[in-house]
Amino acid sequence: MNPELTSLLDRVRELAEDLDFTAVRAWKDEGTDRKAVGHMPIYVPRELIHACGMLPVGVLGAGDRLEIIRGDAYFQSYICHIPRSTIELALTGRLDVLDGMLFPSICDVIRNLSGMWRMLFPERYVRYVDVPQNFSSEVGGTFWRRELEQLWNDLAKLAGRAGGDDELRSSIAIYNENRREIRELYEARSREPWVYPASELYLVVRAGNVLPPEEHTLLLRRYRDLAAQEPGRHEQDLSRVVVVGTFCEQPPLGLLLTLERAGCSIVDDDLLLGLRWLTEEVPEDGDPLDRLTAAYLTSSCETASVYQPEGRRGGWLVESVQHNRAEGVIFCAPSFCDPALLEQPMLVEALAAEGIPHTQFKYSENTGQFAVIREQAGTFSDSIRLWSEA
Amino acid sequence: MLLQKEMIAGHYRALANAAEEGRKVVYTFVPGNLTELMRSFDVLPLLPEINALQSGMRKLSGGYISEAEKQGHSEDVCTYVKCDIGMLKKGNVGPTGEKLPEPDLLLLSYTGCFTFMKWFELLRQEYDCPVAMLHVPYQADGLIHDHHRDYIVEQLETEVIPKLEQVTGRRFDEDRLRERLALSVQAEDDLVWVLESAKNVPSPIDAYFGGVYYIGPMFTAFRGTQEGVDYYRTLRAEIEERLAQGRGPITPHGEVERERYRLVMEGPPNWTSFRDFWQMFSDEGAVVVASSYTKVGGLYDRGFRHDPGRPLATLAEYCFMINSVKSCNSFSVGQLLMLRQLEERTGVPGGFIESDLVDPRYFSAANIKNRIESYLQMLEQKRGAA
Repeated sequence: MNPELTSLLDRVRELAEDLDFTAVRAWKDEGTDRKAVGHMPIYVPRELIHACGMLPVGVLGAGDRLEIIRGDAYFQSYICHIPRSTIELALTGRLDVLDGMLFPSICDVIRNLSGMWRMLFPERYVRYVDVPQNFSSEVGGTFWRRELEQLWNDLAKLAGRAGGDDELRSSIAIYNENRREIRELYEARSREPWVYPASELYLVVRAGNVLPPEEHTLLLRRYRDLAAQEPGRHEQDLSRVVVVGTFCEQPPLGLLLTLERAGCSIVDDDLLLGLRWLTEEVPEDGDPLDRLTAAYLTSSCETASVYQPEGRRGGWLVESVQHNRAEGVIFCAPSFCDPALLEQPMLVEALAAEGIPHTQFKYSENTGQFAVIREQAGTFSDSIRLWSEA
Repeated sequence: MLLQKEMIAGHYRALANAAEEGRKVVYTFVPGNLTELMRSFDVLPLLPEINALQSGMRKLSGGYISEAEKQGHSEDVCTYVKCDIGMLKKGNVGPTGEKLPEPDLLLLSYTGCFTFMKWFELLRQEYDCPVAMLHVPYQADGLIHDHHRDYIVEQLETEVIPKLEQVTGRRFDEDRLRERLALSVQAEDDLVWVLESAKNVPSPIDAYFGGVYYIGPMFTAFRGTQEGVDYYRTLRAEIEERLAQGRGPITPHGEVERERYRLVMEGPPNWTSFRDFWQMFSDEGAVVVASSYTKVGGLYDRGFRHDPGRPLATLAEYCFMINSVKSCNSFSVGQLLMLRQLEERTGVPGGFIESDLVDPRYFSAANIKNRIESYLQMLEQKRGAA
């Protein structure tokens, strides 16, 4: 492997595994009075944080890298894993680097976690980001615009400097570019998945949680170039699959590797969805808050946490299968994940109507045993290939 | 209790006869319900959570949940949803044995329970009817901001009312709504009086197990009706009498003659073993004098936990117990922190038990009884030491 690619992959792996947020600390140390604002997975308008000169930091729990000692005391056994590892990170001081924390509306657990945060860390800025579930511009849009104004004012106070419209437009442009780069990488992966294995692509995209977007965009671009030039990445006889259910608590990297080793080539997924939430570019002119408001209403991706006013659920998944020429779907949801698991029967129905094969299993971010998953995914992959040949 | 049972049974009969009588049926949820508005359109509300809990009390929920799980619903998710889906898949025969009508409208009051949203998306796949979504924003700072109120009003005006008009063929009549609301106020005043009667020692009511019967009509279909007003008037008169006689709460197993413990309860009850669960407390002379569950359908009172005149420190007079249910993350996430905070602030130890709403597999009677008894014994020892 090209040493530069090796080094790039080493770096993104380190970033993913670093529970001390060293990169964020380093960024803060590079300037005076620099601040960072954390956010849980899925959508927060990171442009607002960026435009105030602060660093948005995606907090994705602690994966399989941290023994939970104190966090378990805050959650019953039937609650998913990400809140307990996030609390553990905070109680052990690892999140002290964050000057504020945003909790997007993913589910009841993350919402209540925002309340717990207020109680546990009363000196820190905390906000629950309650996105509208009404998508009319006059109704949901008016509400969301007011929420964004409040958030914008709060962030300006936290930053100690108000971001102006020009700064916000500039941040919108920077994030447009970042999302565009991620989209293009996904498209490239869909065309040639053997060039961009999911286990690599995932880490490269994930780095966007801790790096400034400008730097992350360059990293994405460089990875794409380097991977494309890498000799020896030839087309393989693997089953093309879409992985669904991974939008919040992230699977351990070992699980993605296991799927690949089991003969599955991931051609689309909902990993790290927050980094690519808006499916279209936000116009870079006009009133930037209006633009962000409209973007949420009209360009949000479809996922379990967002209400769908009309039609049957799962149309996006069928489209993804068709667009990416996938042969099957792997439902891979965290245990006790209400949105993913409540959504699943509706998605299964949508796939069944189209005769698209699927399989399902659950994981936890700290799952360490993959033998059963490997066997199941391997059987699924084999069955797809056998079935396709028949 | 008997009157309440009759009212609920009567409502299920009305639902069963809705098609014959040409009445429209709206499925909706308890929290944030718009009963007065629905009644002003003369539609019948049907509440899937109530179906589920009634099925739980009648020992039907286990079969329904198994049916839903067989059809691919995860064992990890809310059992109310699975009970409802299972019931639907088995013919939609309601808890009283009468077939339930299909909805003419799904009124999705999304008030902070994420599961509600998915629940009605699931039902929408089963029924050919419109859905009206009402998103009530979360009050993270405990305040209702102007734009929250505006958002709700706008949704009522542009989403909920037009769909009720469409389904019923009637125009919205604000005067009818006013009349309904006036009836609600009368009933609410009496309900608040009843719930606050628990401040007396001994308490004439149990504000959790008994409270379920007291809030039943208010949180289901009877707000804004004369029947509701009459029910609460009768209930209040009954409790006034008990209070005057210095009597404790009545339970299915008799009267609590000696109030030994006054508990504040957090979390919903278990329904599959409701009476046994209640007896575990009443046998020990443990009376619940306030509960969060009896506020899920509306904060009609500024009761014990929210009354600024009775600061949190007064909790020290009481004991605090959580029934954590597997189904409900809205309730569950944060309960352990709440328990710690209450212990720290009041010095009173809290009790913690775990069960579920309507899945009988998660009610372990021996374990729960053991935990309740241990907790109460510990309180007794602390009293002795004091």
